Amino acid sequence: MADPRTRTRMADPRTRTRPRTRTRVSAAVTAAVVLAVLVVPFAVPLDEQAVDLAAKLRPPSWDHPFGTDEVGRDLLPRSVYGLRVSLFVGVAAALAATVIGTAVGAVAGALGGWADRVLMRLVDLFSSVPHLLLGIFVVTMFRPGVWPVVASVVVTHWLSTARIVRAEVLSLRSRPYIDAAVSGGASRWRVTVRHLLPAVLPQAGLAAVLMIPHAIWHESALSFLGLGLPTHQASLGNMVQSARGSLLAGDWWPTLFPGLFIIVPTLAVAGLAGAWRERLNPRRRSELSL
Amino acid sequence: MLELSRITAGYDRRAPVVREVSLTVGAGRSVGLLGPSGCGKSTLARVAALLHRPDSGTVVIDGVPVRGWRHRAPREQRTAFGVVFQQPRLAADPRMRLADLIAEPLRATGRRDEAAAAVAGLAGRVGLSRELLGRRPHEVSDGQLQRACLARALVLRPRWLICDEMTAMLDASTSAALVAAVETYRAESGAGLLAVGHDSVLLNRWCDETVHWDELPRESRSGV
Repeated sequence: MADPRTRTRMADPRTRTRPRTRTRVSAAVTAAVVLAVLVVPFAVPLDEQAVDLAAKLRPPSWDHPFGTDEVGRDLLPRSVYGLRVSLFVGVAAALAATVIGTAVGAVAGALGGWADRVLMRLVDLFSSVPHLLLGIFVVTMFRPGVWPVVASVVVTHWLSTARIVRAEVLSLRSRPYIDAAVSGGASRWRVTVRHLLPAVLPQAGLAAVLMIPHAIWHESALSFLGLGLPTHQASLGNMVQSARGSLLAGDWWPTLFPGLFIIVPTLAVAGLAGAWRERLNPRRRSELSL
Repeated sequence: MLELSRITAGYDRRAPVVREVSLTVGAGRSVGLLGPSGCGKSTLARVAALLHRPDSGTVVIDGVPVRGWRHRAPREQRTAFGVVFQQPRLAADPRMRLADLIAEPLRATGRRDEAAAAVAGLAGRVGLSRELLGRRPHEVSDGQLQRACLARALVLRPRWLICDEMTAMLDASTSAALVAAVETYRAESGAGLLAVGHDSVLLNRWCDETVHWDELPRESRSGV
């Protein structure tokens, strides 16, 4: 009998041969986004906070490809800076949430018994509060800034990873190779670190990538509610929030471009994560979803 | 002596797989346990190897009663058993090269320095070439992987060997080679053996005595 992990890579022809347009487009867009947020702020010395009241609410033109907002700030550099903040929050929060979730899930799964029950009830407790409400609670405890937003996303997003990792560890724990390690004198710690964690890392990594778009949306939602970053700081949520008034007056560009900057990169990252998921396990395509 | 008395074990307390079964393996003796699939003989073997805590009953190893199973058993007690499982694919960590697989018990017990020499010695005994030792489990056949699993079971020089359907997945020549390797080890170390299987021809030739699952003593009596 072949090990299921090796079988999925070798035997499923779909994952190897079918050219995936979605994957390529996602990869190209993600690369462009990462390049933009890393290079543009340094290469092009545009001031994303420069106010020009004489040029307020200009529609897109050669001078201002994305137009200007209600106080005359150029929307193109502002959107890039906003995307930068959003991506930073997304990646930092996804990483931290994955580390916490993996640790909790691995401990619960590997120890079992009381530790498992207590930790999983803790996860249930956190899940029983609506995400946004808990997130708002966390950000309101601190001064506005990037880190409280990251913390709020982490507090609400480590739960699913903990569940996934625990389930995976539980199914691995009854494998004969774990029995063999126990019989070979391995301590609990060694069994967990050397045999269980390496086996769940691909799943945890996938969960982390899937979490990035989620975290970006969470940041935008908090900023849109006025609870995220300070209003002067360019953030996609802030920009959509302040553009609401002009949208009703018929000026569509201050909403459209930041909105697209939220939607397109998140779809691209989600597309990449989807491709990774299918590579890992084509039969479990529907299990982890955004 | 490995004494299991009145063992009741299973995966659900309301429906135990093994009920009030007793089995004794004398020091240095080999006992073959025969039985059809699903009768509970593997579970009994796991109880004997300290890998599965029974619901009731006692296990005594060389006069020392067992107080805990798996991680609750002291390391010296756990490592007194070398266990070989039925399916080498499931019994090998898919990420480890065969050399690391064999050396893992030495590393886990803090005897890292002995690893290289022990692996080289055992590879020769179970018939694994140097080149195979560098491969990962998915790059070798079931038979080659089972040879590595046997080497891993022997690397800590256990006083007891538990072979749970060790040769069920293998061809005749590999089976013969593995049984020969086990017997060579037992001859020089005096280790006892509990071999579980459903192949009566093999077990009758291999073991000092064979006992059928249905003939094991139940209820209050103990000992074979």
